[in-house]
Amino acid sequence: MKVGIIRFPGSNCDRDVFHALKLAGGEPDYVWWNQKDLSNFDAIVIPGGFSYGDYLRAGAIASITPVIDGIKEIVKEEKPVLGICNGAQILAEVGLVPGVFTNNENAKFICKGVELKVASTRTPFTSMYNKNEIIKMPMAHAEGRYYNEELEKLHDQDQIVLKFEAENPNGSMEAITGVCDESGLICAVMPHPERASEMVLGSDDGLKFFKGIVNFKS
Amino acid sequence: MKYDAEVKISLKKGMLNPEASTVQRALALLGYEVEGTDTVKIIKFTLDEENEKLAREEVDDMCQRLLCNPVIHDYEIEIAPSNV
Repeated sequence: MKVGIIRFPGSNCDRDVFHALKLAGGEPDYVWWNQKDLSNFDAIVIPGGFSYGDYLRAGAIASITPVIDGIKEIVKEEKPVLGICNGAQILAEVGLVPGVFTNNENAKFICKGVELKVASTRTPFTSMYNKNEIIKMPMAHAEGRYYNEELEKLHDQDQIVLKFEAENPNGSMEAITGVCDESGLICAVMPHPERASEMVLGSDDGLKFFKGIVNFKS
Repeated sequence: MKYDAEVKISLKKGMLNPEASTVQRALALLGYEVEGTDTVKIIKFTLDEENEKLAREEVDDMCQRLLCNPVIHDYEIEIAPSNV
């Protein structure tokens, strides 16, 4: 399963994602922000970081780079796309997933392990979990508060993927911290599964995100 | 013709603005009690267009495509012939 990891100036979680994908049995490779043709990949991950310094809004500038055209083509071919943290912000800015991830309610960068509920297992990335399973992984962001004026649509169409469980650190609407598009193939999550991909990190709950990609059959 | 554009970007009514609340609380630490604190972002630039109507349309496009996120922002555009 060839997985492309997109790199923008300022992306910094690319190597951890590469490592997690290798642990999951995938064949990852890096893709630079100006590459338009992603057709040789079976799936794409947009990793976390501070692309373009989070200038203007987190993910705003990355959302208009040439590689996004390549991602839109991949999406037409029904290949899965996962955005983690800054990657999630980028997918929301492009409009590939609904809503916005904006500044945290307490105006602070929040960096800690959190409990999450897997609210939907229909995406490739969450297909290997049980519905409503509680998992633990780190969050690390200043702009992760989920905002969407059309939440009923998300409920109706099973587009809520992850929710904070014990507490809602950033004030997200309905404690939502991961969403997907209508097809379920494009997923945007704020917490970092690659930082919970092996026990030496304190949790390997996140590894199934990447195993889900590797085991995906279109 | 050169035009000076000024785009004022603010959060939609009812949206939480943690930056503004933080500023208000910080002012209170200094002994200043204020209310209704809000923060607005201004982006300014000069552009070259045939006329003001086209310049305004172009800037509006820029707002829709990059400068603003229409889910959470309202914006105002001011265009004036450039003094340069």
